Amino acid sequence: MQKYSIFNLVKNAFSGHQNWDLAWKDPTPKKEYDVVIIGGGGHGLATAYYLAKEHNITNVAIIEKGWIGGGNVGRNTTIIRSNYMHDDNALFSEFGMDLWRKMSQDLNYNVMFSPRGIINLAHSDAQMNVYARRGNSMRLNGIDAVLLNREQVKEIIPMADFSENVRFPIFGGLMQPSAGTARHDAVAWGYARQADSMGVDIIQNCEVTGFDVSGGKINGVRTSRGDIKVKKIGLCVAGSTNILAEKLNMTLPIETHLLQACVSEPVKPVLDRVVTFGAGHFYISQSDKGEMVMGGDLDGYNSYAQRGNLPTLQHVLTEGIAMMPFLSKLKMLRTWGGIMDMSMDGSPIIDKTHIEGLYLNCGWCYGGFKATPASGWTFAHTIAQDRVHKLNAGYSLNRFNTGHLLDEKGLGTKTWIS
Amino acid sequence: MLHIKCPYCGMRSQNEFSYGGDATVKRPELNKEVSDQDWDNFVYNRKSPRGKHWELWQHISGCRQWIKVERDTATHEIFNTLKANEEIL
Repeated sequence: MQKYSIFNLVKNAFSGHQNWDLAWKDPTPKKEYDVVIIGGGGHGLATAYYLAKEHNITNVAIIEKGWIGGGNVGRNTTIIRSNYMHDDNALFSEFGMDLWRKMSQDLNYNVMFSPRGIINLAHSDAQMNVYARRGNSMRLNGIDAVLLNREQVKEIIPMADFSENVRFPIFGGLMQPSAGTARHDAVAWGYARQADSMGVDIIQNCEVTGFDVSGGKINGVRTSRGDIKVKKIGLCVAGSTNILAEKLNMTLPIETHLLQACVSEPVKPVLDRVVTFGAGHFYISQSDKGEMVMGGDLDGYNSYAQRGNLPTLQHVLTEGIAMMPFLSKLKMLRTWGGIMDMSMDGSPIIDKTHIEGLYLNCGWCYGGFKATPASGWTFAHTIAQDRVHKLNAGYSLNRFNTGHLLDEKGLGTKTWIS
Repeated sequence: MLHIKCPYCGMRSQNEFSYGGDATVKRPELNKEVSDQDWDNFVYNRKSPRGKHWELWQHISGCRQWIKVERDTATHEIFNTLKANEEIL
């Protein structure tokens, strides 16, 4: 594989950039693999990469129904953070933050990681207390957290509404300075290119039609491009988890819901942080191109539509305008939706299943993108070693049976309530 | 925008309703021994199908009644609505 470097850039300039290698191949599926990963999104690609890199397992195929990076990894708001209170979530995410910091070098691909900091705004004394508690928990786990008062927040985001007579006045906020954003497509492409170079087959336009299970063991997978013999399958399909689970006669603590996001027309630099509204569900950052990138609530009812309805968008943007009134002057450039695998306690599942050789990675709710490297790393470990790593031990499937829920937001089982 | 036909009030916009999840989930019977698996299926496990889905909605800004709605989760087409105490055929 050609290394991406300034020297190769100059060298290829002489041939008019006509001789670059393909970033990844387009192989025909083989009859047999050691591991098949279903789902060529961020998590699936990362899993294949870490299987090859950390565990030397390279006879691996990624099977993707559409094209790689066409699902949620290409549909998110690119926020990366580890501002969690519960240990299992915090340590997992902070491990991921380390991988994010090294990712561009590691993948030889500029993922444009931008640790610009995230601020969660507080709108009451009680909320400040809650944030102080969460910040302290984060610091005990070695994660940076700063509690800001109203004046400190005003210095950082003066464009927010700091007038006296607003419905939700800004009391302060909790900042994680090391959080940030990254170029989402580059993450998928970087992982794909490196996985491919180590021998992983990336098979696109290949739909899974069934599984070959006998004696409680996985023996193979049936696809639209032929049957494949395999002993280990990693399921990494986010919003399509329930569809494949049905083919395996499994019912999971997951519902599929639609989450919308949108960008405004590009404007000059105005916001150099990620900011979230504390009195509802709204988050915003500014992309390198100048667009304001925004998102918020789910559409609120089970959906596989991959496009949203306007009432939710209007509701979310009303929150945005309450927080930053200048947004009302901007034109909307694009809106889109992705289908989320909403788990019943808001935390993911990375675990083995009752079927030998079937491994499950799902339940990412709103937070799939930031988890990409840590999810891939721990899922690869779980598949390769046939046991969970301590980082994903809390993300077990049977926690819903044993009662060890990881309900970070304390919302219970109503996945559509944000 | 969804338009939902409330069995009590007629066709109304989605904005008047709030969602209540899968309508086919049944609570295990009272005063009977319940297995862990049955309880998990009631509280946590969901089929979440792509396609036709019977679900509960509440006409929260209208008559405040709970209703059952049969909707396609991929196209949002609504086929049928019932009162909460009417059985799904």
